[in-house]
Amino acid sequence: MQVKESGFENVVIRFAGDSGDGMQLTGTQFAAAVAQEGNEIVTMPDFPSEIRAPAGTTAGVSGFQVNFGKSNVRTPGDFVDVLVAMNPAALKVNVAVLDKGGAIIVDTDAFNAKNLEKAGYESNPLEDGSLEDLEVYALPITSQTLEALKDSALSKKDRGRCKNFFTLGILLWLHDQEPDYSIDYIKSKFARKPDIADANITVLEEGIAYARNKGVPQAQFKLSDKRLAPGEYRNLSGNKAVALGLAAAADLIGLNLYLGSYPITPATEILQELAVLKNYGVKTFQAEDEIAGICSAIGASFAGALAVTNTSGPGMSLKSEALGLAVISELPLVVVNVQRGGPSTGLPTKTEQSDLLQAMYGRHGECPMPVVSASTPGDCFYQAIEAARLAVKYMTPVILLTDGYLGNGSEPFLVPKVDELPDLSGLKREVEPEGFSPYRRDEKTLARDWAVPGMPGMQHRIGGLEKDYVDGSVSHDPVNHEKMSLIRQEKVDRIADDIPDLEIFGDQDGGEVGIFSWGSTFGAIRGKVEKYRAEGKSISHIHFTHMNPMPKNTAEVIAKFKKVVVAEMNLGQLDQILRAKYLVDSIPLTKIQGKPFREDEIANVIDKLL
Amino acid sequence: MSDMKIDKKNYASAQEVKWCSGCGDYSVLKQAQLALADLGLRNEEVVFVSGIGCSSRFPYYMNTYGYHTMHGRAMAIATGVRTQNPELSVWVATGDGDALSIGGNHFVHAAKRNMNMVVILMDNRIYGLTKGQVSPTSDKGVITKTTPYGSIDNPLDPVKLALGAGATFVSRSTGKNQKLLRELLVKAHQHKGFSLVHILQNCLIFNDNVFDRYTDKENAEHSLILEDGKPMIFGSEMDKGIVLDGMTPKVVNVADVDPADILVHDATNEDSILPSMLSSLPLDKFPMPMGVIRQVEGECYGESMRDQQEQVTSKLGSGDLQQLLRGNNTWTVA
Repeated sequence: MQVKESGFENVVIRFAGDSGDGMQLTGTQFAAAVAQEGNEIVTMPDFPSEIRAPAGTTAGVSGFQVNFGKSNVRTPGDFVDVLVAMNPAALKVNVAVLDKGGAIIVDTDAFNAKNLEKAGYESNPLEDGSLEDLEVYALPITSQTLEALKDSALSKKDRGRCKNFFTLGILLWLHDQEPDYSIDYIKSKFARKPDIADANITVLEEGIAYARNKGVPQAQFKLSDKRLAPGEYRNLSGNKAVALGLAAAADLIGLNLYLGSYPITPATEILQELAVLKNYGVKTFQAEDEIAGICSAIGASFAGALAVTNTSGPGMSLKSEALGLAVISELPLVVVNVQRGGPSTGLPTKTEQSDLLQAMYGRHGECPMPVVSASTPGDCFYQAIEAARLAVKYMTPVILLTDGYLGNGSEPFLVPKVDELPDLSGLKREVEPEGFSPYRRDEKTLARDWAVPGMPGMQHRIGGLEKDYVDGSVSHDPVNHEKMSLIRQEKVDRIADDIPDLEIFGDQDGGEVGIFSWGSTFGAIRGKVEKYRAEGKSISHIHFTHMNPMPKNTAEVIAKFKKVVVAEMNLGQLDQILRAKYLVDSIPLTKIQGKPFREDEIANVIDKLL
Repeated sequence: MSDMKIDKKNYASAQEVKWCSGCGDYSVLKQAQLALADLGLRNEEVVFVSGIGCSSRFPYYMNTYGYHTMHGRAMAIATGVRTQNPELSVWVATGDGDALSIGGNHFVHAAKRNMNMVVILMDNRIYGLTKGQVSPTSDKGVITKTTPYGSIDNPLDPVKLALGAGATFVSRSTGKNQKLLRELLVKAHQHKGFSLVHILQNCLIFNDNVFDRYTDKENAEHSLILEDGKPMIFGSEMDKGIVLDGMTPKVVNVADVDPADILVHDATNEDSILPSMLSSLPLDKFPMPMGVIRQVEGECYGESMRDQQEQVTSKLGSGDLQQLLRGNNTWTVA
């Protein structure tokens, strides 16, 4: 087999099948198994917005890509080394991502006339020579699965559904991975259905045996000489990391966490994850709509919770009026936007970074809000804590931007020790009835006092109308409005003193090209910049996490580079901000295809500048 | 309950009240302050949440915690307050436009969840703060600034809507009937669950006299004050009653029928057949029902959320953050 021999850097595998074929599960399990071996991994689910589009059609193809290797694995991989195609439609949709010389594993049982027609094939690609540059392993996966389970009491349908674990067995054999982790997983997942657990374990082992007996060659690698930093790891997706980060922040601050939310792709997993954590003092409320999601969170914040709402795309638009209320009320609130392709329903299951300008400016009135962004799935954990820290310390709503790629993608996450997390005790200031006014402010942070219902002697009324600077009563005084507008802005601006400086990866004194990026493009840009630098090119990478306010040294860092490139998955939103704020003639490097950057797409712009 | 005698001034804030002179809202404010005194509530445990509109300025005038929020969203925000802290006494001050038009969805869901809160719905059948446009409760044909040739829209009845959504306490009063209003506000608060007090009240400026039919003494023919366990008798001489002829309600002269045939009000019946019938009477032939129309017991969402949290915690034990961060599947790289 032409799969990379020993000495390889990384291998990219893509699992593809019908939405109901269990490819997400197979991919996740494979990724977890290779992670156990100390590999770096990056995963990317790629599914259609239809849940179960008609079986066998290209609309219903669901994919899961995993890139793993011994070091510097930063993206899910641009091209695929091994494609697993469970039917003709999966092959048709995905064949273009194979490098020449890659391998394909197909389930021949699915390559019948009916499925070929549904996929739009005029002839069988397994027979017509169109795949001749590729190494094709045509295996009767479905019939072998049924054969392995011929003595099982399960229905034929249930037996057929085990084929994804047969496939996993083949892949484990191919990459010389032990099945122990997957067997443990099956036992715990189907603990209450032992017959299904037994069937899946049987076909997993049969899959391995079948691949061995049929002479499917094993790639000659067993990792690895360079590994992840020592420590305890778990696999973590960005959405789960946000949920963990928020729960951790609430615990560290000493507040209970309250999530008001409404289901939307791809943000819902955060609600699902937090709904489990009732014994951690977490309250989750699935509201009647997006507006009630944020409004209930604002109500909970008024009543003393660390309140959060989460959403994607259209949900963020629906929440914008309430964001204004949170800003003028000066209540702490974390708003997580797992960005997706827009506008409108757009590409609900695909990734994009096109809500940055909305996060910065998308509200009526002068309505400043801090905005932070996460760079990797694991970083979602730390940026969720950061968003909560800023919200409570400065009494303000904070937007946390992640995206579909971060939310659904996963990576090994070094489990932090609780005592190594930021110390947030004392972040919530005590308030006293003596001289109380709802808009009495801390001199340094300008945060107002947070008295909550139930506290005697501090009854007060707040709301969406402008408030008097001194006593917090309703005020329509023109000068007071200007003063309050300025103080709300000043409060957000002062956060710049409380966040880390921008770091330059590369030439500290500057150089030819500086690529500036934010959010989930981190891995793709950093990986490519590392390669350029290994070739001796003068190129550096500067990555933002704090979008508003920006780090204090931003202007200074920008000025160090002859050419400033701004890379992002939109039509140039950070580029516009940097141009407006720092008067820099920057060069946009953009992509808006619902997919992360590939190396060649970065090279297309950068090669001309070096 | 405090032993100290509390009067309504205890619940009045220092803010100057700025409704139009003669506005029906004044009466509601006064009766709410009296009701809080009757209930002996501590100022700090009470939260008034409102949306947008004339009536939504209400919280500013109460010496309690208060939040004047967004148009239509008071019940969603109050839901957050109440679910975060189910010990608080939560009141929503809202109007016909706020609760039934822009905020209709939240009204339905707060009722359906049986959120334990009092909803004071001040219904003047007009948009007042925007100066006189047709509202969701306005009669068909009404002439307003946005319906210069007469409204072609049908009115929505909040009592029917609340019943349909499963509200456990549904009541109605006019703003002028101060005794009934105060009594309803007290009962609404004592009820555990979503409590609607629908108040027919005047807008002096843009919709004056719209409820005269139910407020003028000479028009007592048009109101039926319901009392639980009492026959449905009304009229200035209390000489009319409601009977059932098969499935059909009828107005009769009390003198003409056996008193035992007069329908007796039962707000506490588990089903809502009688309240639904009462809320569906055609008002050209029947009086408008006032008082407690329905009052039944039910689990409250905020309390259930707290109880479930306690149950899960007692079963699983208090969560440990380090364990949460580790999860169930870790591996060690040496």
